[in-house]
Amino acid sequence: MKKLFKIVLTLGLVLTLFTACAQKPAAQEPAAQEPSETKEFPAIAKEDIKVGVIHIGNPADGSGYTYAHDQGIVGMQEAIGLEDSQIIRKNNVNDSDPTATETAILECIEEGCNIIFGTSWGYMDTMEALAAEYPDVIFSHGSGYKSNDANFNNYFGRIYQARYLTGIAAGLKTESNLIGYVAAMGQDNSEVTGGLDAFALGVYSVNPDAKVYVKVTNSWFSPEEETNAAKALLGEGCDVIAQHCDTPNPQLEAEKAGAFGIGYNSDMSKDAPKATLTSAVWNWAAYYTWAVENAVNGTWTGENYYGGMKEGLIAISPINESIVADGTIEAIESAEKSMLDGSFNVFDGVIETNDGSTVGEEGKTLDDATITGGINWYFKTVTVK
Amino acid sequence: MNIFLNFLIASVLAGTPLLFGTIGEIMNEKAGHLNLGVEGMMAMGACAGFMAGFMSNNLLIALLAAFAAGMIGALIYAILTITFMADQNVTGLTLTIFGVGISNFFGEYMLVHSETNSLKLPEQITAQLSNINIPFLTDIPVIGPLLFNYNAFVYLGILTAILCGIYLNHTKLGLNVRAIGENPGAADAAGIKVTKLKYFNVMLGGGICGIGGAYCSMIINGGVWMSNSVNGMGWIAVALVIFASWSPTKAIFGSFVFGGFNILKYYFPKSIITIPNAFYDMLPFIITALVLVITSIRKSKENSQPASCGVNYFREER
Repeated sequence: MKKLFKIVLTLGLVLTLFTACAQKPAAQEPAAQEPSETKEFPAIAKEDIKVGVIHIGNPADGSGYTYAHDQGIVGMQEAIGLEDSQIIRKNNVNDSDPTATETAILECIEEGCNIIFGTSWGYMDTMEALAAEYPDVIFSHGSGYKSNDANFNNYFGRIYQARYLTGIAAGLKTESNLIGYVAAMGQDNSEVTGGLDAFALGVYSVNPDAKVYVKVTNSWFSPEEETNAAKALLGEGCDVIAQHCDTPNPQLEAEKAGAFGIGYNSDMSKDAPKATLTSAVWNWAAYYTWAVENAVNGTWTGENYYGGMKEGLIAISPINESIVADGTIEAIESAEKSMLDGSFNVFDGVIETNDGSTVGEEGKTLDDATITGGINWYFKTVTVK
Repeated sequence: MNIFLNFLIASVLAGTPLLFGTIGEIMNEKAGHLNLGVEGMMAMGACAGFMAGFMSNNLLIALLAAFAAGMIGALIYAILTITFMADQNVTGLTLTIFGVGISNFFGEYMLVHSETNSLKLPEQITAQLSNINIPFLTDIPVIGPLLFNYNAFVYLGILTAILCGIYLNHTKLGLNVRAIGENPGAADAAGIKVTKLKYFNVMLGGGICGIGGAYCSMIINGGVWMSNSVNGMGWIAVALVIFASWSPTKAIFGSFVFGGFNILKYYFPKSIITIPNAFYDMLPFIITALVLVITSIRKSKENSQPASCGVNYFREER
């Protein structure tokens, strides 16, 4: 009897296996048959919108990259008037783990999401693959470079504009003429290096004697590395610490040492009120509102988004007037004005690098493709320590 | 010279959380329990210590809470592996996932219910956490900042290591624990209460790990709560146990060396030679592998893993 049961069970299992195998290609077929012809996206009624968000960290961190993105989602929700149930968040999704990424996205689709935002670089390839498989769902990926002109676009912003402005605050504040910069990635990462160069250009515009010392942590999020890098920079005599990394630890380390700092992602004066002069911040709500509005109005075209200060995506947080140097606010305001009216674009003209060569041409400015993917040089005042 | 001094000081600070984790793990392994849950116990200590400090504004209460939280983590592990004979590796890994998860869960809960969406330690405890100034001694050039100007955790860590060294090598209780780690059957036959002592040591080790976690959340993150504050240090501590060859006092040296490796890339002058950062990140683990090779060649019983470490003791199968 027991034997019979075992045979039946085994047969059952084998059968299930077969049916599962048979089903899979069937499910994939529609995607394969529809080549990437431009697809019209019908307007999705506001009540039917369901937004999925894939976060690399936890929005409840209260500071940093994921927090800034989630504030953007919250802002979009308020601006458009969505219910809480219309937003699905997947937190702590490791972006170097394609399986985890795929699971999180598929869960969103299963729960009925029709627009999915992936906030971290590493989600890119998984989103590209799934976008081909689910042509009715809008995929929007932040910080990468891939898109398909239909249901998969790319969004990022001109954070270098804000970095230039914060560089002015740092350049005017420093007394030792040494400014530290905790960078997440090295020279080959154009996002980090371009931002760092913009910052150094901002410093140079008001204080040509100041040097920018850089320490690379090799990690986007690592509390102890970021603390240690800031500590080392302070030890070398830096009195203003700027950062391109996720935690406010460099600001806190600067505060502990009686020095000053420039925050990033969100307003870090919340964490280190005595040290943070200002922060280069993202206002992601500008993009998320734009994207979801397009989906609601039926105007989604799959075009990529690269916003700046003009679009309200990029800003600097309120300047800490009690600790910045005199004249900082005026200097920042005038630079900001020339950026907004288009007379100044940060990477203008010929720029000298720290290995003695030059980039750019007189009378021209670097194009967007170069800025997002091709800045692999440091400005002449920058030293990697 | 100045940079070198800064480097040494920073090494000690970077090594301190590792020191607690390592001593905790040594206490576990000496009792025959390979506890891979160091990361989890540290995370629990990080959360409990921070929140207790945040609410009570008192360092002592924060330390006790961190110790208790680490002990609770270890208690779960102890019940599963000592009483129910569950696999030690699997239980330890589970404890890591559980500890990190519960720590982030409570941290998140507190953040969401805070007024400013931010948790920062109040003034009084921040002052207690800052570097200790010993009159005269701190003012001595070079030696002063190098030896007498750290935060309380550093001295507590060294003290703990020395006390644990004495406990394991010079007290009857500690020698009994080591006998259990080598051969629980023989120890049992000699009349040592195996289960009781195992519980005691595993929980003591967990508590020490918890304090290491509190260092991560309270000192490294400058007194602002952050999820995932331990961020892998528990795993380095497990490797460090091998480097320290299962001796709490050697762990002092070992953890400062590992701390030094961790920060070497920020202090090594790039003007001399530029080495990719990945090489520095790799160093501690290469050294650990080397130490493993060397100790296995030397076959020293004294400096190797306790013989029955990782194997559960089942009295009826003796």
